[in-house]
Amino acid sequence: MAATGDLILEVNNIEVVYNKAIQALRGLSLAVPKGKIVALLGSNGAGKSTVLKAVSALLPMENGLVTEGRITFDGEAVEQTAPHTLVRRGLFHVMEGRRIFADLTVEENLTAATYALTGRDIAPDFDIVYRYFPRLAERRKSIAGYLSGGEQQMLAIGRALVAKPRVILLDEPSLGLAPLLVEEIFAIIARINAEEGVSMLLVEQNASVALSIAHYGYIMETGRIVIDGPTEKLTSDRDVQEFYLGLSHKSYRDIKHYKRRKRWLS
Amino acid sequence: MAIEFIDIVETSLAGLGTGSLMALTGVAFVIIYKATKVINLAIGEMLMIGAFVFYGFSAGLALPIWASVPATLVVAALIGGVIERTMIRPLLKDNPVSVFMVTIGLTSVLIGVVELVWSAEPRRLPEFLPQQPVLLGDAFIPSKTAYSFLIASAVMAVLITVFAFWRGGIALRATATDRAAASSVGIDVPGVFSFSWMLAATVAALAGILVGSVGGISSAMGLFGLSVFVVVIVGGLDSILGALIAGLFIGWLEAMVGRFMGGEFKLLATFSILLIVLVVRPYGLFGTHEIERL
Ligand SMILES: Nc1ncnc2c1ncn2[C@@H]1O[C@H](COP(=O)(O)OP(=O)(O)O)[C@@H](O)[C@H]1O
Ligand SMILES: [Mg+2]
Repeated sequence: MAATGDLILEVNNIEVVYNKAIQALRGLSLAVPKGKIVALLGSNGAGKSTVLKAVSALLPMENGLVTEGRITFDGEAVEQTAPHTLVRRGLFHVMEGRRIFADLTVEENLTAATYALTGRDIAPDFDIVYRYFPRLAERRKSIAGYLSGGEQQMLAIGRALVAKPRVILLDEPSLGLAPLLVEEIFAIIARINAEEGVSMLLVEQNASVALSIAHYGYIMETGRIVIDGPTEKLTSDRDVQEFYLGLSHKSYRDIKHYKRRKRWLS
Repeated sequence: MAIEFIDIVETSLAGLGTGSLMALTGVAFVIIYKATKVINLAIGEMLMIGAFVFYGFSAGLALPIWASVPATLVVAALIGGVIERTMIRPLLKDNPVSVFMVTIGLTSVLIGVVELVWSAEPRRLPEFLPQQPVLLGDAFIPSKTAYSFLIASAVMAVLITVFAFWRGGIALRATATDRAAASSVGIDVPGVFSFSWMLAATVAALAGILVGSVGGISSAMGLFGLSVFVVVIVGGLDSILGALIAGLFIGWLEAMVGRFMGGEFKLLATFSILLIVLVVRPYGLFGTHEIERL
């Protein structure tokens, strides 16, 4: 795809092992061009969250280790970098399951994110959060644990906005939300990308909604990429339509059959 | 037998004096718990080693008070930092129970160090608080009780104010709630760990200097920590304000019961309060309980 200089994030052939035993990624590569939204799709357990944790250096906290390969953020290697240092350099990871600080208020959650500005000459700005998510403005003094699921997701993205990142890793923002709310939040994610110029690596199981806002997509299975391409190409691909966008009514058995066939062919 | 009003007042004031020191030590415990969720059973021994370090500077090296107090606090902070770095951080990924066990071991280590350096003998700290007893109306308060109350209260007032308005208070709470999420928003989690142990060790050492100046020091003075555990359980493990109020209350209660019912009822009164609180509010009077709805 793009030349290396235009990439904000580059993952090259990484292998990840948990607890020194379980191999979760096998030679996985992907790239995020500056200013673009890249979707990383795949079913539950494929290894999507592992990719994001490898990039944001949160893996060691879960006893995971990148054993092979390279990850570069804006041309610099991220291995050996502490997670908070990466955040302060502009790489923000919105973790799966939102992970808001439940017993802090909305505003305190945003204040916590101002640590991402340490060492950078940027004044904290909460108004940007309240502009994109007016609902949070009304609830700024509420305890975050009492917000609805959608509001918590907004707060998780809001913390990223406070951190003024150059790239945001988003892990399943649609998880557990009603379809209408999913559309609303994805529209805002697309706006943030366009208006703030933030690049994004968007992990989703919900392929159709992710591809509706992404510029490029990767599809992964059991630790490796199986298909990738610009969004238009992916959405017109028959296999993708069938197995990831749910446009056919084939059963799980057919999928297994398909996988077997694919293995024979490759 | 009529109980005289003045007796009640004097006993109450003495109780609040002891209570303020329990509260201050409780605050040190809470700081560690707030940031790291570690139940530090060695808080009494951290107080003790602070008192001995002060003894070393003020009696051993005969430094003046204005030099030996700051020197003690600096050394205490270093000790706190070393404990965190060598005994606590390696266990970060393990379950809280193993960290809790390590703090039990820490009590023996600290007692051992003190007995090696200073022997097990009880000692007196040099007098440094004004000797003149304080009169409040007709009530007579021993000067050490009065001044240690004032110092402890001032320090707690500063800590409460700082944690209410300073962003670092939020970093502490965020780290306690979810370490990975705290890292993910840019908080230096290992830094928060070090900081909280260093601050707690400093506060505990200050409490040790005050406790020691009232009652002398010995390698067994860490037992003071037992009352402190009752204080933090009653006040709520993660509430500085809770430690303050529970400390004053339990100090007062123990003094009143000891004076008017007899010393043998003190423990009974304290543990009755503990039991009632555990039944009615298991997370303490001011502690936060986990928010279950998500
Ligand atoms: N903390 C962990 N410890 C051990 N194995 C893990 C851990 N997290 C994930 N795994 C394993 O790694 C694989 C990929 O998981 P994950 O990256 O969470 O997938 P996804 O996000 O695509 O659902 C799964 O087989 C999962 O069991
Ligand atoms: Mg996942």
